[in-house]
Amino acid sequence: MAAAKRPALPVILLANDLLDGDVVFAAGDANGLRWSRDPGAALVGDDDATADRLDAFAAAELGNQQVVDAYLVDVAIEDGVPVPRHYRERMKTTGPSIRRDLGKQAELPLAQAFLRA
Amino acid sequence: MYRYDEFDERFVRERVTQFRDQVGRRLSGSLTEDEFKPLRLKNGVYLQLHAYMLRIAVPYGTLSSKQMRQLALIGERYDRGYGHFTTRTNLQFNWPKLRDIPDILDLLADVEMHAIQTSGNCIRNVTADHFAGVAQDEVEDPRPTAELIRQWSSLHPEFDYLPRKFKIAVTGAEHDRAVIKAHDIGLRILRHPDTNEVGYEVIVGGGLGRTPMIGKVVREFLPKADLLAYLEAIMRVYNLEGRRDNKYKARVKILVHEIGTEEFSRRVEEEFARLDGPSVNADPAEVARIAAYFAPPAYEALPATSGAFEAARAGNPDFARWVETNLTPHRQPGYAALTISLKPIGAPPGDATSEQMRVVADLADEFSLSEIRVTHAQNLVLPHVKLSDLFAVWQRLGEAELATANAGLITDIIACPGLDYCALATARSIPIAQALAQRFADPVRQKEIGVLNIKISGCINACGHHHVGHIGILGLEKRGIESYQITLGGDATENAAIGEILGPGLAAEDVPDAIERIVSVYLAQRQSGESFIDNVRRIGLAPFKAAFQDSNREVSHAVA
Repeated sequence: MAAAKRPALPVILLANDLLDGDVVFAAGDANGLRWSRDPGAALVGDDDATADRLDAFAAAELGNQQVVDAYLVDVAIEDGVPVPRHYRERMKTTGPSIRRDLGKQAELPLAQAFLRA
Repeated sequence: MYRYDEFDERFVRERVTQFRDQVGRRLSGSLTEDEFKPLRLKNGVYLQLHAYMLRIAVPYGTLSSKQMRQLALIGERYDRGYGHFTTRTNLQFNWPKLRDIPDILDLLADVEMHAIQTSGNCIRNVTADHFAGVAQDEVEDPRPTAELIRQWSSLHPEFDYLPRKFKIAVTGAEHDRAVIKAHDIGLRILRHPDTNEVGYEVIVGGGLGRTPMIGKVVREFLPKADLLAYLEAIMRVYNLEGRRDNKYKARVKILVHEIGTEEFSRRVEEEFARLDGPSVNADPAEVARIAAYFAPPAYEALPATSGAFEAARAGNPDFARWVETNLTPHRQPGYAALTISLKPIGAPPGDATSEQMRVVADLADEFSLSEIRVTHAQNLVLPHVKLSDLFAVWQRLGEAELATANAGLITDIIACPGLDYCALATARSIPIAQALAQRFADPVRQKEIGVLNIKISGCINACGHHHVGHIGILGLEKRGIESYQITLGGDATENAAIGEILGPGLAAEDVPDAIERIVSVYLAQRQSGESFIDNVRRIGLAPFKAAFQDSNREVSHAVA
């Protein structure tokens, strides 16, 4: 479900993969969007047009049964990396704060960068 | 322990097949998420922050060693090598993949387990006193009653789509260790004061969450044979009149509160009188069949004391301390029930690794007639250990970091998974529990403070039972940061009470100091032998509030 009210720009789109539940991020460029497990790869929507594209991608992919719980998240750009502004979504992009050996923070250097926030 | 009969076995297997088909249809796209969600929830599958979560029922908290080994295997093969025991005495795996869940359910069915009705608006896993069949203050083992309710409520066609979830707990003892007054229905097995007949006190309308309520007695004495008909009458009144228009007002506690206990009771009695009791109540032969599974195991005739045990206790202060906190007297001479703390200092409350599960299973086989219990306080119990074996068990537990001597003390903290895992959470719970455990780790100090229950929830839904903690901590969001509200004076026992808020919310880093202040008031003001909760009851909230507000003024991070 896309969020009813769009958050403030800039935004990224995240969701959970249908098959395994892992958090995925809409990545890509003007030529097309795809899902990436790396938050560092997330396409940042910093204008209404890109945010609309992300919204449309969410709706399409929910319909295609690729992902669940897809929604836009407002981010701040820190050292070139989009970091969710809200601590809940930061948790979602890193993994449990009490088990740094689990989740994205254990596997992906860019997720580790989020921990600074 | 209860063993599945052919009907139980077929029922669980069919359910796995059915869910395998539903998952297949979901993955192929023929079921949408909106269609699939209620189906997965009925099978204990949630979507959490980082992954799916599978909640497995441990009916009335009783597990065999074989079942525990299977949970260890599932944790290793399909998860990340650990599981989390919950306040409903269930086990949650935090990282299963949707495609693997049918296989996991098959492995569970192999050991007579399932995840049915661990979620959704139905009658949930029935819980009971974790010292059932063991406790010295028990009138009767509550597990045959719990098992009967489990069978009656599993896929009960009339009660499969209730206004909201429904939780039942049973105790057979005088001292309530099953939090029955904070359940939709709480049953207490007792003897009739005049006739000495065994029956039930029936309590309805307790619950925590957004609107905490203590349950009300709707029937002081219900003959045992009438149990199912009476439960059916309660469920009918609730099913018909419980609010379906507002999920926050849909629990039976709201109905009882709105129409009053007397009126609720009258409607239940009216429905009960109308019901054809004999067609609803369980066949006495079936009740006897179930009860036979819970007959006392084959204990050895032993002296009430053990020389080896006393010598080990005298010679080893660490062992003596563990015995003092983690042992519960057993009704059978020469035996004890021991609590295995899943609260090592600094670890997430209730988590156990697959290796630890296997150690517990091995110890249960060697020393506890293959039986294990899960407690609502997120610990495990070996219910039947010979006194003479205790030292050996303690040493083996110690090697697996399972011998923490803190049962019932300030570091034996209940905490829900909170925002580290849970999609509903508004704040983290586990790091608060870890910080508090570290602050109060000193065993001498813990002993000095004595029995003190801290319970932490990461949102208003109160899975961490914060309302009934002597000290309760509720994690909320305030202006984009985590904020923690402290309550005092809650009680989860037969003296059930809802804690009262002490003051404004605190930032996470200020919680340990605030708790320290509260404890200091108690230590300064207690009378000889007075427990924390008794002290709060005697002196009231004011001195604690004053100390709390002092600490609040001193910290610069306090969240208004």
